[in-house]
Amino acid sequence: MLTVDHLSKSFGGIHAVQDVGFHIPAGSVYSVIGPNGAGKTTLFNLISGLYTPTAGSVKFEGAEITGIPPHSLARMGISRTFQNLQVCKNLSAIENVMVGAHSRLNSGMFAGMFRFPGIVRSDRACKERAVDLMTQVGCKAYIDAHASAMPYGALKKLEVARALASEPRLLFLDEPAAGLNHTETHDMALLVGELVRLGITVVVVEHDMKLVMNISHRILVLNYGQKLAEGTPEEIRKNPDVIAAYLGGDEDEE
Amino acid sequence: MSPEFIQFILSGITLGATYTLAALGFSMIFNASGVINFAQGEFIMIGGMCASVLVSAGIPLPLACIVGVMAAGLIGYLMERLAVGQCRDAEVATLILVTIGVSMIVRGLTEIFFGKANHGLPHFSSDKPIEIAGATILPQSLWVLAVSALIVVGLKLFFSRTQLGKGMLAASYDRLAAQLVGIDVRRVLTLSFILSALIGAFGGILVTPISTVAYDTGIMLGLKGFVAATLGGLGSGSGAVFGGLLLGLVEALTAGYVSSAYKDAVPFVMVFIVMVLRPQGLLGAKPTDRI
Amino acid sequence: MIKLPGANGVDSGSLPEEVVNRFRGLAALAAVLIILPAFLPNTFYVDVANRVAILAMNAIMLNLLMGYTGQISLGHAGFFGLGAYGSAILTARYNVPPLGGLILSAVVTALLSWAVARVILRLRGHYLAMATLGLGVIITIVLTNEAQWTGGPDGMPVGRFSVLGYSLAGERQWYWVFAVLLFATVVITQNLINSPAGRALQALHGSEVAATVAGVDVRRRKMDVFVLSATVSSILGSLGAHYFGYINPGIADFVQSTELVIIVVFGGMASIYGALIGAVIIGILPQFLAGYDGWDVVAFGVILAATMIFLPRGLVPSLAAAMRPKRGATC
Repeated sequence: MLTVDHLSKSFGGIHAVQDVGFHIPAGSVYSVIGPNGAGKTTLFNLISGLYTPTAGSVKFEGAEITGIPPHSLARMGISRTFQNLQVCKNLSAIENVMVGAHSRLNSGMFAGMFRFPGIVRSDRACKERAVDLMTQVGCKAYIDAHASAMPYGALKKLEVARALASEPRLLFLDEPAAGLNHTETHDMALLVGELVRLGITVVVVEHDMKLVMNISHRILVLNYGQKLAEGTPEEIRKNPDVIAAYLGGDEDEE
Repeated sequence: MSPEFIQFILSGITLGATYTLAALGFSMIFNASGVINFAQGEFIMIGGMCASVLVSAGIPLPLACIVGVMAAGLIGYLMERLAVGQCRDAEVATLILVTIGVSMIVRGLTEIFFGKANHGLPHFSSDKPIEIAGATILPQSLWVLAVSALIVVGLKLFFSRTQLGKGMLAASYDRLAAQLVGIDVRRVLTLSFILSALIGAFGGILVTPISTVAYDTGIMLGLKGFVAATLGGLGSGSGAVFGGLLLGLVEALTAGYVSSAYKDAVPFVMVFIVMVLRPQGLLGAKPTDRI
Repeated sequence: MIKLPGANGVDSGSLPEEVVNRFRGLAALAAVLIILPAFLPNTFYVDVANRVAILAMNAIMLNLLMGYTGQISLGHAGFFGLGAYGSAILTARYNVPPLGGLILSAVVTALLSWAVARVILRLRGHYLAMATLGLGVIITIVLTNEAQWTGGPDGMPVGRFSVLGYSLAGERQWYWVFAVLLFATVVITQNLINSPAGRALQALHGSEVAATVAGVDVRRRKMDVFVLSATVSSILGSLGAHYFGYINPGIADFVQSTELVIIVVFGGMASIYGALIGAVIIGILPQFLAGYDGWDVVAFGVILAATMIFLPRGLVPSLAAAMRPKRGATC
């Protein structure tokens, strides 16, 4: 599904990500873990096109996507959520989800200004789908709400719904459980499982080790911007490097 | 070098000194609050205006100058207390608009009370031009340069040597951290408005004998100060000095060699070019976005 | 509680609420536009109404850029001035027919705004404010100084607007032109806002990163809306010039640009009717203050500062929120 080769990114001499390579098999849940500052979010930003890598390449379904702007990646079927929420507080909840479908709709200015019949029809369908998606991720209660009036947990789910609206085949979730309580974390785990059943490959950056071990098929461990280990949860659990660097201080990961 | 060229350089430096003072005002408020104060030009105008009105009413020049500076300081204080300080955590656009609103109020009231006419001030010392290498300079220009230099040095010392100045600087780097170590951030904000009003008013009074002042002079002066601050890099003190002088020189040379009609367009063309090449200003640090 | 006229207990049937609200607003606007001339006793009042209509359309365009897309512009009157002078110069000095002058000016403005947008829309916040302001000032300076073309600071006369031998004359004829255009502007802008394209604009205002990842080409969208609003302002400038009959560089200056900004923020950011009502109030206010030089500026300043401090969302959105207290709790 996604192959990353020798990917590097430095910010003025600081190597945030250094020579990282891995392969994400289609239809799996792939997790990226590591202490704070290990370069996980930078890695996400590189793959989703927000940062341009200093070196290396990213291939999606065999096609080179390095340097392709993020808005084009959406059309190719890649989407993501954000660690620090990026919800449009000037829109309603459902409009936020509908924005996610942007690349699937006729978004021409003139078409919009003169209400071409096709637009009205597809927009209505888009809204219905947005309602479905919000229900699916557990945001049903907020279908009529304004985004600025929603609690944190609901916004996290709303971001997932928005990402899903673009009909992704590859979905990146950046700390989906951060700030969520136990029940909400459990719901999120169930949701991830459901997405995989629907044929979406899910990549997760997460601190909650229990969640990661539960849902992941494979795990990548980053430390100081470099790949420390990669493998199944079982292999990671037993890897001495990982234990030394990271799992040793399981509960208080800096 | 031809005397003509030297003449343009001299007038450019004088102009530049005025812009520097305006730019310093912008940078100071920007540092303390993140606000671009579009009323900065009004501080400049009100200083010159008050002084000249008082002088024509028979008040001695030094006293009139002091009152002019204090009047601007008072407006700066009121502006922060009553308007800008009332909308913390607002969007950039909101704050810009509040300061534009205040500038309109000040400008309108000035027009109402002092009329539309140009007001002048007597030169501080002689008004006989001094000859330098074939070019001439007004003694008043020397006043402008000397006082501006004093203000720049004074500010430098204030921010590097005094407790209060260091506190203000700290608050501009990290508001929260400053608060935690016991700096009254709100006071810093008020103070920065008063200080930049005082600096602006000084500048206004200094140039009024040369260029006169009217109720609407503040608009262009303020805009040019903003340009100078942007050129040098918003929030940077040395940037303000550099941007101010650069702007003054380019403007004077354009007026001299190209077209005096287009000298007012110079700052805006310059700022366009600079922003294309270096959006953070010539001396500013590169901003980093965190996603 | 305050009630909107016509809002008391109308059965909305099966139509979605937003559609009903939309048509209710448009019907009210159409009714006002049609009835208004009967209440305007003489051409002086019609003239005020016409000027308000021009102001309103300009403000709606600026609101599209500022309120919806979040890109501040402090030089928007410059584009109005380009259209006005473009038409004036082409018709007076080159005998271009008025409609041709209007179209040519609009094309030139579109190209210019496109070129400028490429550069300045990378900037944000203060820097964008500075750049747009600078653009407006440069336009004004050029208009003032190129006296052989523009008549300099004194301005120049502009002939009548005529199409196919039919020429527009008198405030009342112009009224209907402006009324129809205003109505169309409201309808088209509303359509845009409620379309995927309009949602993309609002999304990039809310979060550029989120919009990008959702597939919105942020840079292109910003340019599109900047060029659109500049071009429409140019067309309005052309029409305005023919209507006024005489123009000077003041129509393009910083004061005019600020007035548009005041209308947008006072009426309500991201509100079409806000821009409309803002234009009515701000457009009529100077009539009451005529002869009191300075007081109009003070009044505008107070309105601007006070709105930002006490009603940061603007008049119409704040009133709208106050009018639906219970349901508003979930919104």
